[in-house]
Amino acid sequence: MFGLDKKDTTLLIIVAALTLAAPFLLNPFPTDSAMAQFNAGYPDLMQRFVIFGIFAIGFNILFGLTGYLSFGHAAFLGVGSYSAVWMFKLLSMNVLPAILLSVVVAGVFALLIGFVSLRRSGIYFSILTLAFAQMSFNLAYSVLTPITNGETGLQLTLDDPRVLGSSSTADGSIPVTNLFGAEMRATYEMVVGPWNFQFNTGYYLSAILMLLSFYLAIRIFRSPFGMMLRAVKSNQTRMNYTGLNSRPYTLAAFVISGMYAGLAGGLMASMDPLAGAERMQWTASGEVVLMTILGGAGTLIGPVLGAGFIKYFENIFSKINEGILHSWFSFMPDGLEDTLIALVYPFIGKGWHLTLGILFMLVVIFLPGGLVEGGQRIGRLFRRKKSGQETDKSTQSTPAE
Amino acid sequence: MSKSNLTRRGLLKTSAVAGAGIALPTIFTASSAAAYTNEPTGSSVTLGFNVPQTGPYADEGADELRAYELAVEHLNGGGDGGMMNTFSSKALDGSGIMGKKVEFVTGDTQTKSDAARASAKSMIEKDGAIMITGGSSSGVAIAVQGLCQEAGVIFMAGLTHSNDTTGKDKKANGFRHFFNAYMSGAALAPVLEKLYGSDRKAYHLTADYTWGWTQEESIVASTEALGWETVNTVKTPLAATDFSSYIAPVLNSGADVLVLNHYGGNMVNSLTNAVQFGLREKQVNGKNFEIVVPLYSRLMAKGAGENVKGIHGSTNWHWSLQDDASKAFVKSFGEKYGFPPSQAAHTVYCQTLLYADACQRAGTFNPCGVAEALEGFEFDGLGNGKTLYRAEDHQCFKDVLVVRGKENPTSEFDLLEVVEVTPAAQVTYEPDHPMFAGGNLGTCNPGA
Repeated sequence: MFGLDKKDTTLLIIVAALTLAAPFLLNPFPTDSAMAQFNAGYPDLMQRFVIFGIFAIGFNILFGLTGYLSFGHAAFLGVGSYSAVWMFKLLSMNVLPAILLSVVVAGVFALLIGFVSLRRSGIYFSILTLAFAQMSFNLAYSVLTPITNGETGLQLTLDDPRVLGSSSTADGSIPVTNLFGAEMRATYEMVVGPWNFQFNTGYYLSAILMLLSFYLAIRIFRSPFGMMLRAVKSNQTRMNYTGLNSRPYTLAAFVISGMYAGLAGGLMASMDPLAGAERMQWTASGEVVLMTILGGAGTLIGPVLGAGFIKYFENIFSKINEGILHSWFSFMPDGLEDTLIALVYPFIGKGWHLTLGILFMLVVIFLPGGLVEGGQRIGRLFRRKKSGQETDKSTQSTPAE
Repeated sequence: MSKSNLTRRGLLKTSAVAGAGIALPTIFTASSAAAYTNEPTGSSVTLGFNVPQTGPYADEGADELRAYELAVEHLNGGGDGGMMNTFSSKALDGSGIMGKKVEFVTGDTQTKSDAARASAKSMIEKDGAIMITGGSSSGVAIAVQGLCQEAGVIFMAGLTHSNDTTGKDKKANGFRHFFNAYMSGAALAPVLEKLYGSDRKAYHLTADYTWGWTQEESIVASTEALGWETVNTVKTPLAATDFSSYIAPVLNSGADVLVLNHYGGNMVNSLTNAVQFGLREKQVNGKNFEIVVPLYSRLMAKGAGENVKGIHGSTNWHWSLQDDASKAFVKSFGEKYGFPPSQAAHTVYCQTLLYADACQRAGTFNPCGVAEALEGFEFDGLGNGKTLYRAEDHQCFKDVLVVRGKENPTSEFDLLEVVEVTPAAQVTYEPDHPMFAGGNLGTCNPGA
């Protein structure tokens, strides 16, 4: 189906099903229960899951296939966001032109940076991209304040000269981003007994774009172009000696992944019309590297998993505070309760970085292939019990290369 | 493999369809009844405390969180009531807000606008927070204020000193109790004139971002009005930790006052560098060289140690104030945590009380009703004397403290002394003052 082999089709369908049913899957606990703390099925976080999924898929096209580790990918995300917000300010609140512009601008930007950076490989390439990204961050943070609004971040105001559409609505507020009238923030709430499922327009738009990006990534992975990129990863010198110029291929991969980042940036701005300079900071670039490695670099589904994992920690674990811990352990005797809280407390709330760091170390040490490898190992364990023969086959044709 | 996946998917689909079927009759019971975003229907009301728990302002954030917890305790009738007893409005009675128990959720802004908005959004969308408060940087405060305006909840700003928060980026749903850069300038100028005369040459080092610029603009304007001359203004990158290369040119510039428009760690480093270069012992133009730090806080003074002695600046509130309200607050905070509160803690405690009081007086949690109750509200007994929440820009107008690094501190908290309390009238400005112009409050948004 769709020009994919059976295995990839299955993968695509699974991802599509999971994405579209996410409002159910991410809200497994009733709203009033103590476990509701761990529910992730609210619009903002679901949007973040898929948007950072797009970002990581794009990054993986460069890093997973060619092995070029870019440490400045956040720059493209930021440029995409700024272009989108400017589009909202100047043209219209429709997200379509904004997203298109952000992809194009990020692509052009990637072409410039890639053209310079790709003259080097390995650590020098990483450092060059890092330098460019930090340069963009500093420009956005202070020098280019008239365009980027500096530290405060670019926001919509009531007197934006919007060519198609009005500067403000009839009741004096800023118009909402929409897709031909469908507001991005519109949420349909479905109450089933104690559960509350939220279906958000913006999420579904992002999810559909994520599925398209995912499909495109599969096609790139399986194409002759993808094969060429893999050749760059395994031995670029040998390729050059055979008389083949690998630069156009790496540059193309760089630009494509920059455009993915731009798409993610544009979507972020469409869901929430704000573009801040820290979106370009090196920590943001590092985050996407972590996502990809955590999920499994070079695999198709890995980066999406990694993105979800990190965003979940950032948004859910950081919000658990001492009061919530007390309510969890309140059934215990006082002394025991306090000891337990003292033990758990450093790892939640403001300690979420610590927990994430420990998990990252564990994954890198014990599952070098990332979460995908973990999944495969578990899968193999079960299948081996069923039939010994199938084992070889499944390891051969896993999506992880 | 595909077979088992098919059944799993089938199961999912079936359950989704079944879920939708069950839900159909109840769909309209939940959302459409609400008159505004997150209308509290149960016996409790949820407030969102969004503070930096990691990053450069984590200390301020931790102190803010302590004050929030104290405020919630007092609102629910626990503790000794703190400033609720001294507050001029007596609407609050310790039974929560309008009889509903106050609960809260916390989040980490990381001092990044993106993270702060994500955290605020999760409070609104997931936890049903009816009000968001917090923030330890103007960039974050402005970003979250914009979000709250769109979402239709009230934003009670925490520590944000930039003119823009209630200037060009003001919003109908946002309110600020903290003072601003203009007020710092207006309060400091007369004191500086008295101390150093009206014939001075000032040199500014300014953190290169929005807050730094508005503060530089404000201080330059108010000192030039005294007759001072501004020799030079130099922007320093926010990430700078060593300011020696910026201090050296000051020595040869002919300036005799150095103004450090820095905050937090920046100020600690730049002041330390300046003192190490011997600026304070120098004589220029026949006068002693002086250093001024317009925005001071106790946490910064602690960081700079010995170097703050005798250096002037302004602050929103200080724990050594001797009015009843301040004493009551310091007492209940000190009893709970063992040390005096910072100005960040004070402003967020006030904001929480003011919000609760406004709900109580308005008789509703509807953001439009609350905003109406806050606009033009005059109160007293929260540690700053008589205060007005101005309706035009949602900024509080109150006395501003001019403080000085203490020469002989008696404890590790006793680092600043109040030199003068500048009356509110002197720091008041017109809502359309050029430094605040260009914004539009818009109309209040109750959301859904």
